[in-house]
Amino acid sequence: MSLSQSVSSTAAGAEPGGGEPSDAETPAISMRAVVKRYGNLTAVNGLDLDVPAGVCLGLLGPNGAGKSTTMRMLTAQSIADSGRISVLGYDVPGASKQARALMGVVPQEDNLDIELTVRQNLAVFARLYRVPARERRAAVDRALAVAELVDRADTVTANLSGGMRRRLLVARALVHRPRLVLLDEPTVGLDPQVRQELWSLIAGLRTGGVTVLMSTHYIEEAERLADDVAIMSHGRVIARDAPARLLDAHAGRTAAEYYGPPEHLAEIAAQADAAGFTTRRTGPSVSVLRAENMPAELDERLGAGVRRAATLEDVFVALTGERVE
Amino acid sequence: MNGANGANGANGANGAQSTRLRRIEPAALAGVIIHDLTLFRRSWLSTTFSALVEPTIYLLAFGWGFGSLVSVVAGYRYVDFLGTGIVATAVLFSSAFTGMFQTFIRRTYQKIYGAVLAAPVDVPEIVFGEALWIAARAGVYGCVPLLVALAFGLDPVPGMLIVPLVGFLTGLGFGLFGIWTSALVPSFDSFSYIISGIMTPLFLVAGTFFPVAGLPYWGRVLARLNPLYHCVELVRDAAFGFAPLADLGHLGALVAFAGLMWLLAVRYMGRRLID
Repeated sequence: MSLSQSVSSTAAGAEPGGGEPSDAETPAISMRAVVKRYGNLTAVNGLDLDVPAGVCLGLLGPNGAGKSTTMRMLTAQSIADSGRISVLGYDVPGASKQARALMGVVPQEDNLDIELTVRQNLAVFARLYRVPARERRAAVDRALAVAELVDRADTVTANLSGGMRRRLLVARALVHRPRLVLLDEPTVGLDPQVRQELWSLIAGLRTGGVTVLMSTHYIEEAERLADDVAIMSHGRVIARDAPARLLDAHAGRTAAEYYGPPEHLAEIAAQADAAGFTTRRTGPSVSVLRAENMPAELDERLGAGVRRAATLEDVFVALTGERVE
Repeated sequence: MNGANGANGANGANGAQSTRLRRIEPAALAGVIIHDLTLFRRSWLSTTFSALVEPTIYLLAFGWGFGSLVSVVAGYRYVDFLGTGIVATAVLFSSAFTGMFQTFIRRTYQKIYGAVLAAPVDVPEIVFGEALWIAARAGVYGCVPLLVALAFGLDPVPGMLIVPLVGFLTGLGFGLFGIWTSALVPSFDSFSYIISGIMTPLFLVAGTFFPVAGLPYWGRVLARLNPLYHCVELVRDAAFGFAPLADLGHLGALVAFAGLMWLLAVRYMGRRLID
């Protein structure tokens, strides 16, 4: 119960300040002061990240924040320039093969073998993941069932719909019953229905005790699925907590949204700012955060606003600023 | 509050270290090869068609066309000379092209190796598994021209039984050559440089269609640097009679070629796949 409120990005800040992890197991993922550079670009810049076993952690951040690089480093497909990484107790990259045998990866980009059938794809990966010969068939059948692709077992992958291919990607990552699953932007570019299907799949994993690290830039996805959210910006974690606590700490409970012509919105923003409230542009409107604390006098002055619950998006923008580079 | 966390952490780490896996594991190789085998079950007909038809056409065209001008080359019937020589061509085409195109497509377009590397499989295992499969295929398809030549009247001898092995070894080298160049070229078009600049000369100056002995001195030296020449010589000696010392040299050259290509393929594929 000692997960720090808002872990800073320094090594000292990442230690659970004197307390103990809630469970005696090794954390599923531990990254310390990890740096990864590509030429002049520093993709990951002193990252500290711990994922306790059994937790679903959402890794949230804009494009270019270093989420995908972080994922790749966990499977040793990207080698850190400095820092320490361990996955399920194994040093990475030194002993990453053992770690990879116990983890499943759902990549952002579809990398299925489209010439193989659904079943063949799963069977090949059951072998690559070292599922013992006598358990392989059952493992493939179970993965087919999890992804609800039993009827499509003999369909050539190229002929599947986009949503089915995504589910097959997830099934492929689960064929060996991994203890840890990495999902890199699992629902990017999917229809709402398909996204719902995947969400229930991911929620099912967590219920089954699997540790999940999921990168996303859909705030909603993190809010629904993650026990804990780490917000990344410029290659490091700038905030880390349960979604509700992040809201409390950075955005409050409710926001008031005001609509109108640009001058009116600018005027509202100026008045709210002057009164010490954080504001942000939300498309055609301006939102004033922590509206629950707004004095009646200011409320009256700003006029008719729409109250809504604060979201992780408010937290996110409050922390990372309005502009994305 | 308990004080046991540090100790637990340390034990976990030690346990992890003691079970470190080896660099090349049979299970990983098997996985890579099974993938190829599964795909082959879908494509064997077209692959086998071209493997059968291509050398047959070469033999018919050159054997009859050219053979009507010269009936005897280097002391052998031209059809026999050519039939044994074309084994090397069949091995080269089957292995180098597969290594180049298939590996390039899987790495760049399909990104399959990204998925394989997320499993407990490392780059050397991918490279070796793919190369073993390519070599095995080359060993089998390489025998086709010899069978065609037998049908044209070449005398069968027991020495020919090593031809699949020669094909395998040559195919291993050229398969790895293909895998290396697939990691070397920036784009698919760039394969033209490899094909026209390297493979065509290798295939023409290997003693397949005419004896290397007829070349000027520099040509004969260059031919000895051509792995395909050593394959041609080994196959001819298997059919017409071994020359033990020279054949050991040919064998050594093929082993050295495969070894060098292995180092280059693993290194360049590693650079492309791991950043």
